[in-house]
Amino acid sequence: MTKPLLKVEGLKKYFPIKGGVFGKVVGQVKAVDDVSFEVMEGEILGIVGESGCGKSTTGKTLLRLVEPTEGNIFFNDESITELSDEKMRLLRRDMQIIFQDPYASLNPRHTVEKIIGEPLLVHGMKSAQARKERVKQLLEVVGLSAYHASRYPHQFSGGQRQRIGIARALANNPKLIICDEPVSALDVSVQSQILNLMEELRDQFNLTYVFIAHDLSVVKHISDRVGVMYLGRMVELANKDALYDTPKHPYTQALLSAVPLPDPDDKQDRIILQGDVPSPANPPTGCAFHTRCPYVMDVCKAVRPEWKEVSEDHFAACHLYNDNDQSEEQQKPLMQVES
Amino acid sequence: MSKRVLDINELHTHFFTDKGEIPAVDGVSLNVSEGEIVGVVGESGSGKSVTSLSVMQLIPNPPGKIVSGEIMFKGRDLVQTSLKQMKKIRGNEIAMIFQEPMTSLNPLFTIGNQLIEAIRIHNKMGKGEARQKAVELLEQVGIPRANDIVDEYPHQLSGGMRQRVMIAMAMSCRPDLLIADEPTTALDVTIQAQILDLMRQLNRDLNMAILLITHDLGVIAEICDRVVVMYAGQVVEEGTTREILKDPQQPYTKGLIRSLPDMKAKNQKLYSIPGTVPKPKVDMVGCRFAPRCEYAFDRCFAESPPLYHIGDNRTSRCFLNERDQREVASHDETVIKG
Repeated sequence: MTKPLLKVEGLKKYFPIKGGVFGKVVGQVKAVDDVSFEVMEGEILGIVGESGCGKSTTGKTLLRLVEPTEGNIFFNDESITELSDEKMRLLRRDMQIIFQDPYASLNPRHTVEKIIGEPLLVHGMKSAQARKERVKQLLEVVGLSAYHASRYPHQFSGGQRQRIGIARALANNPKLIICDEPVSALDVSVQSQILNLMEELRDQFNLTYVFIAHDLSVVKHISDRVGVMYLGRMVELANKDALYDTPKHPYTQALLSAVPLPDPDDKQDRIILQGDVPSPANPPTGCAFHTRCPYVMDVCKAVRPEWKEVSEDHFAACHLYNDNDQSEEQQKPLMQVES
Repeated sequence: MSKRVLDINELHTHFFTDKGEIPAVDGVSLNVSEGEIVGVVGESGSGKSVTSLSVMQLIPNPPGKIVSGEIMFKGRDLVQTSLKQMKKIRGNEIAMIFQEPMTSLNPLFTIGNQLIEAIRIHNKMGKGEARQKAVELLEQVGIPRANDIVDEYPHQLSGGMRQRVMIAMAMSCRPDLLIADEPTTALDVTIQAQILDLMRQLNRDLNMAILLITHDLGVIAEICDRVVVMYAGQVVEEGTTREILKDPQQPYTKGLIRSLPDMKAKNQKLYSIPGTVPKPKVDMVGCRFAPRCEYAFDRCFAESPPLYHIGDNRTSRCFLNERDQREVASHDETVIKG
């Protein structure tokens, strides 16, 4: 049994809303609201959700690029929430991040060599010659050539830039990489190249990924387990096959059925949710999804559902599963996504 | 067979930049019939958006220019139409919705203001009457509390709601053709499902033709009748949605479909097309896809394959389809006389 590399307990991130003449705090945006999960060593955990659900903020708080408001993060059994900035900086050698936009995340004034070499320098590789060698090596690992080192980011296509971003993340042999929408800015044919590369690298270097994306088919392809977020909360988390074949939470069911599949024979009945995602500054009481849920009950409006295991290794937060009575559970009108 | 609303013939739209001439659209022909939803699919740089902007005569000039070709809309060639005439057609007979609904709405005016303006440009109507019509349109596209929303500003609405407002505006004159350029790309999947549902419903109820530009084959499968696949400024394949998705002929289309992660399949390695989309240049020799094509042979690098007609409204730009070629009847008689 592998041990968890990353453990998150009750993570919260509230952003203050300031208003009025004196800039008083008048409210809070609950971007991440009590999220807990574990990531095993060598595993790829996918996190999906719509825009504004807090998936990117979750990714950033894991590295403390955004300071969490509450909660605990354990990396290699060590709590990192209380670490000093200097200790955290040293620890980031083992935790890296790849960003969504390969255009914005690379400095246009630096050569590729400088971009990839910088994390090496920061973490103590002082010899310029050694850095040069390592950069060359890294470029080849991600499928570029050594002669690309002297070029600038604008000379590359989107897919190549994302490869540079990956090379930079790999520079210090990290254990964990947070991938924040790494392929959503790329075209389909390039996207598959990057996904394949990321899978190869995982096997080659025994990496662990937290893969954040909004595209359900991409997440399904690459992940081992998948968590679904809605309005700052994790609503369901399970092994990917279990999650995609038998989704438990009504939101997951609706989300999966809304994805248009490139197959003309697939005429499944879509669950079309009414309305929009409510504002995270003023989330609904009780279950955050109750305003759009087709199975809403009175209890959903009042009580926030507990995060619990509804079947083996399958977690969900929904009142439909509140009693452990199996027979009753089976009678629940759950729509299944046909396969 | 129903009448053709739009018939683009051998369209060439080039951009003249400091770095030389760029043939962004290089000999594109496609057509849309009444009540039909035609999808144009391709990756960035394939020329699909430039094609749609050419139809609306919205290509910034300079640097862009329609070099040759014709765009027949209800029997009239839009390339030859004067700007004054074009203004009457835009919004009235052909409407367009764009990818980013935030940038397409003026943030300084209320939704109602902008809708009323659009309505009154094309119809003789009093302000009160136009406002009534605006509320009706908002209700038609499924906006709740239409009476209040009409007085709100764009920033008060969510992305999905803004796209609904754009669709309402596009619908205001009951156009014969709606051009939708990546209408759901900026939206979340659950909202995308709502918007696609709305577009299909409007297509059915008003018998309005839709030219849908997208990069998402899932969206194509969801609502399109026919599909045109574009690559590097050219049409590479055309057919019904089923033909394209189930029996693609051109290697690029094949690769594109295979490189999608499948929601239903279990762990397999993803197919990927090597390389990237080439930048269009004048005088390109050979098939534009040849450098990335796994079936490429000598001829592909030497000469450029024509678009072979391999069935009714079914074409493929690949030498491998040469033997499947068929005689196709001239389609002139089906064009609507304006």
